[in-house]
Amino acid sequence: MELTSESLSAFAASWGSLYFAVMFFAAVAYALWPSKKPLFDHAARMPLSED
Amino acid sequence: MDITSQKKMTVGEMGLTLLSALFALGALIVAAKAYTPEYAFHAYIFAAAGVAATFAVVNRYYNRALDAVPQEIDGKPNYNFGPVKFATLAALFWGIAGFTVGLLIALQLAYPALNLDLPWTSFGRLRPLHTSAVIFAFGGNVLLATSFYVVQRTCQARLAGDLSPWFVILGYNLFIVIAGTGYLLGITEGKEYAEPEWYADLWLTIVWVVYLLVFLTTIWKRKEPHIYVANWFYLAFIVTIAVLHLGNNATIPVSIFSPKSYIVWSGVQDAMIQWWYGHNAVGFFLTAGFLAIMYYFIPKRAEKPVYSYRLSIIHFWALIFMYIWAGPHHLHYTALPDWAQTLGMTFSIMLWMPSWGGMINGLMTLSGAWDKLRTDPVLRMMVVSVAFYGMSTFEGPMMSIKAVNSLSHYTDWTIGHVHSGALGWVGYVSFGAIYCLVPWLWKKKELYSLKLVNWHFWLSTIGIVFYITSMWVAGIMQGLMWRAYTALGFLEYSFIETTEALHPMYIIRALGGGLFLLGAIVMVYNIYMTIRSPKTASIGQAVFVPGE
Amino acid sequence: MSNTTAHKPSVWQRHQVFEKNSIILIIGILIAISIGGLVEVLPLFYLKSTIEKVDGVRPYSPLELAGRNIYVREGCYNCHSQMVRPLRDEVERYGHYSLAAESMYDHPFQWGSKRTGPDLARVGGKYSDDWHRDHLRNPRSVVPASIMPGYPWLEQTSLNITHIAEDMSVLSIEGVPYTPEMIATAVSDAKTQGSADDGATPAFLKRYPKALVRDLGGNNGKLTEADALVAYLQLLGTEVDFKLYDDKANIR
Repeated sequence: MELTSESLSAFAASWGSLYFAVMFFAAVAYALWPSKKPLFDHAARMPLSED
Repeated sequence: MDITSQKKMTVGEMGLTLLSALFALGALIVAAKAYTPEYAFHAYIFAAAGVAATFAVVNRYYNRALDAVPQEIDGKPNYNFGPVKFATLAALFWGIAGFTVGLLIALQLAYPALNLDLPWTSFGRLRPLHTSAVIFAFGGNVLLATSFYVVQRTCQARLAGDLSPWFVILGYNLFIVIAGTGYLLGITEGKEYAEPEWYADLWLTIVWVVYLLVFLTTIWKRKEPHIYVANWFYLAFIVTIAVLHLGNNATIPVSIFSPKSYIVWSGVQDAMIQWWYGHNAVGFFLTAGFLAIMYYFIPKRAEKPVYSYRLSIIHFWALIFMYIWAGPHHLHYTALPDWAQTLGMTFSIMLWMPSWGGMINGLMTLSGAWDKLRTDPVLRMMVVSVAFYGMSTFEGPMMSIKAVNSLSHYTDWTIGHVHSGALGWVGYVSFGAIYCLVPWLWKKKELYSLKLVNWHFWLSTIGIVFYITSMWVAGIMQGLMWRAYTALGFLEYSFIETTEALHPMYIIRALGGGLFLLGAIVMVYNIYMTIRSPKTASIGQAVFVPGE
Repeated sequence: MSNTTAHKPSVWQRHQVFEKNSIILIIGILIAISIGGLVEVLPLFYLKSTIEKVDGVRPYSPLELAGRNIYVREGCYNCHSQMVRPLRDEVERYGHYSLAAESMYDHPFQWGSKRTGPDLARVGGKYSDDWHRDHLRNPRSVVPASIMPGYPWLEQTSLNITHIAEDMSVLSIEGVPYTPEMIATAVSDAKTQGSADDGATPAFLKRYPKALVRDLGGNNGKLTEADALVAYLQLLGTEVDFKLYDDKANIR
């Protein structure tokens, strides 16, 4: 594939979007994972519970 | 032979003594053969710093106790607050210096005679001094102080290293002195917000690597598996700034004896790399770093956990994934290829979402505690800073739309936008953090005067309003006048007519800047009186630490 | 970090977890930030369309380079852009919009970000040398409402070009096509360009086509910093002949 602005923008529109979608959903999944809830609730109190 | 009772120099002490002495010697050689007197002056500063460091380390060794400082005392972490205190005071000093130079150059634009016809006082040399003093000297010291404080408290561990935290703080401030005096003497790379020349850049690189190592190894000492989200933001700030700094300062010096270097990039590529750097200096220095402050100090002061910890995680990843793309919006309609401009615009607009996610998270932390805004001006300052964050992260994406940018670019609208972020967001969240930190660090019950905090708040708020409204009017007026046509199809105004029209706005802007400076002076007095006050906190902690 | 807890193996294990978490975090950050930067920067080096094909753009002569370094030193870029955008009013006010090719030898670029003063991308040839000299000494003597600082010291400081050849060899390493001959003749070339016609002029013009050769300082080759700066300003935007340039061939 020759490197032109057209081929690059086509690549960005397809694989680029996929990359961002995957990354975004990975972050959301990590943040909302049910079993992580106690950990995050605990973490949120870290600044308050220090000695 | 009783080995234990004999005081021994540690490897670090010995190494630093030796390196400092060698460094001083090397700097003296460079000074002797320097191409310009300005560069020789800098070499002498480096040499003096090397000698001072050698002396300080040896002196410290003779005065210190036999054993290393304990990591814990009575089962509680023995926090290292000395470097934090130094950076806090340095931030105050540089803040006043940077705001004062800002006021001076604002007045120079209204009254050009104030340039004094001297090289060292002309606008072109003072403007980088202002931007670097407020961003890197004031903001940088705030970030160093708060990051070293927050990482210790949230990891419940003493700062890693013995001499290295001091090396980071003092080394960073040496960089500031070299950079700042360099601008006045005409030593510059000519790249906005990255003006320091090659030798200052190299020095900063060393300091920054040690900074990362101190921060990281302190995190490794933590007692629980999870790393608090504020430290994520600090880490992103430290790592990304390192990458940006190296990329945008890839220069080849003319000689080791010359202050001058040439960047390896040229023209359009240099422009792209410069604004990849420039925009992300905003994104990772002025945003990520100060968001870390928000995520620690607002919950702490409000005595409530952050509104949604999960949102803070999404905020973090979305922000750092998107910010890095937004740089090309500084180059709309330039000779940068269109595809890059479009990419920059798209991500700049998308960036609005994570930014407001963060803003909501910060503001909503106050839910159920809104009444505190009435009684606690420190908390009010921090909350208003988050509101300013929201405002400028709305204005920014709007200005990155090409149609808007064609009007706003090159005008004072940009200056107004930057200052709503800089004075409102970065300034206020820093002031809030300093007001919290000082009583904690110097073990005082409370600030000397909350009333003075109130004065600071109102003086600077009125100052900011003057500043951003005048620049908004100035910018839009300027943009419209540049593109105004007469009925016959000729350009209506010459350039100088647009300059004349801005004069009143420049005066109002200087007035706003003056009020902001006045507020900061009130703060310095308040902090000074707090530190001097004999009232110490009874539990070794400030009164705003929650009792749960 | 002490090893006193070595008898409890769990602590060592936990320590690994701590380090792993932060390293994963750093790797995540690096991935997140490097992709954006790489995708936006790398193609600029590889796409041929990034820089237009034009005739006339040449490396700066030693005197122009010295002038450019003074332009950078005094922070002119803080108030003056060098980038005309393809907008109707700008093209009418300043001239043809700027091409990427016109700054391809600029280390660093000086496109600027603010127009407290007008754009300078095409200022070359618009004013006389004398006008520039007066303007630099005291801007208000020629433009009464100007808010530009005066630079009277430039014409009182003699130009230091002792090391200009070293500057040029660094630039040649970075891709500016300075020949060994250009570097060897750097200091004398600067003097040739800044003095009235002498025997060296034809050879100089062969090295730097269309460079303006004239008695800049008015005192035969004794050059000041103002002379160098004027030589640079008078060159700006004059290298490409836009009567011959085909806009449509370079649409990107």
